[in-house]
Amino acid sequence: MERDGPTALERFLNGILPENPTYRQLLGMCPTLAVTGAMQPALTMVGATAFVLIASNVMTSLLRGLLKPHLRILVFTLTIATFVTIADRFLAAYMYSMSKQLGPYVPLIIVNCIIISRAEICASKQGVGVAVADGVGMSLGFGLGLASIATVREILGSGTWFGLRVLPTSWVGWGIMVLPPGAFVTLGMLIGAVEWASRVQPHTGIWRTARSLWSWRRLASSS
Amino acid sequence: METLSQLIIIFIGAALINNYVLHYFVGICPFLGVSRRVETAVGMGFAVTFVITVAALLNWTLTFFILRPSAPLTQWVWRAAGGSPSHSVDLSVLSYIVFIFVIASSVQFVELYVRKFFPPLYRSFGVYLPLITTNCAILFASLEILKHMQDPLKVWGIGEALMLAVGAGLGFTLAIALMAGIREELDLCDVPAPLKGAGVALIVAGIMAMAFMGFAGVDKGVETALASFLR
Repeated sequence: MERDGPTALERFLNGILPENPTYRQLLGMCPTLAVTGAMQPALTMVGATAFVLIASNVMTSLLRGLLKPHLRILVFTLTIATFVTIADRFLAAYMYSMSKQLGPYVPLIIVNCIIISRAEICASKQGVGVAVADGVGMSLGFGLGLASIATVREILGSGTWFGLRVLPTSWVGWGIMVLPPGAFVTLGMLIGAVEWASRVQPHTGIWRTARSLWSWRRLASSS
Repeated sequence: METLSQLIIIFIGAALINNYVLHYFVGICPFLGVSRRVETAVGMGFAVTFVITVAALLNWTLTFFILRPSAPLTQWVWRAAGGSPSHSVDLSVLSYIVFIFVIASSVQFVELYVRKFFPPLYRSFGVYLPLITTNCAILFASLEILKHMQDPLKVWGIGEALMLAVGAGLGFTLAIALMAGIREELDLCDVPAPLKGAGVALIVAGIMAMAFMGFAGVDKGVETALASFLR
């Protein structure tokens, strides 16, 4: 059964860019929009989600021989809910103020579509090693998505990055960027930018695009 | 009278001021996925309102009797098992697992029940009912109710829970129907190619969220108006 699926390395790389959960699959939109007002909550969220994703992938992969088709979604959900409870209690115990700031979005990891889709697509069909690689890759992709949005919003909204000042103090915070409308507009613009970047060089993926951005002639000739 | 105005304020708060989609960002998946035509969007909205109400009432009952700190049923079992009566038992660590189990199974039961007894309603809800299990809005409403059940002196009754759920569901319906109306018009517009689809939908949602920010403070006004009206 392990043979017919993608290998661990393919799964790992797949999650980072080709099937990036934020920009390619548009999954897990609640945390993507809700906690990206600044870098610190965004990365805490990524850490919690990564823990739950990897742990649930391992558990689902170990249980895959016992799964019954009609009950599998329920089993996935309850597995995820258990690990989310652990992550939530951990945050409340060791990072209390951050846990207060993230509020209900930590328990909402239960219904994060990324985790259940990875359980369904990868972990319930493949071995533990592949499932771990898949979880790590998807978490990195999710982290990349959240970090990019949080960078834009925190720098424009409060002139800081990780709480450190990057723009001069004369920068008046662009308040709307840290409020809900800023989240929607930033994500919309970034999705458009990623679309545009992958259209510059169709069928060759974003790595080639990044390289082609260095040579202006190729960019000009194709656009 | 005090409670009536509180109920109205909870309803307005959930539906307009803290709109689930545009303020808390929950239920974004159907908001982007099922908002191409107004009829389907309204269908989805009412299906969510229905399920959110059923799930919130079930979860309120479980929270009130079992899961909240020093809940009556838990305390009774604790004392019957020989525990010290002064000790307060708190099972709220189990609440996430219980909530998601209740939501997943209530969606299944609602689907069976509606298909058996209300065939026309079932046909109009169609494929949306099973999709709702992973809709964050349902879980979010239950979590919000849980948050208001922690303090034993200020526990929400079933009326407050019901108002929150119905308000949240109708607020979701309003947002998704408005979005679908705009997107029907947007199909006729010349949108830059990379922004077509999700990109422009999110930017439109951003502008809608800005408009909904204008509702901030409405609850205070309504409170004052009700106080003078009911006096």
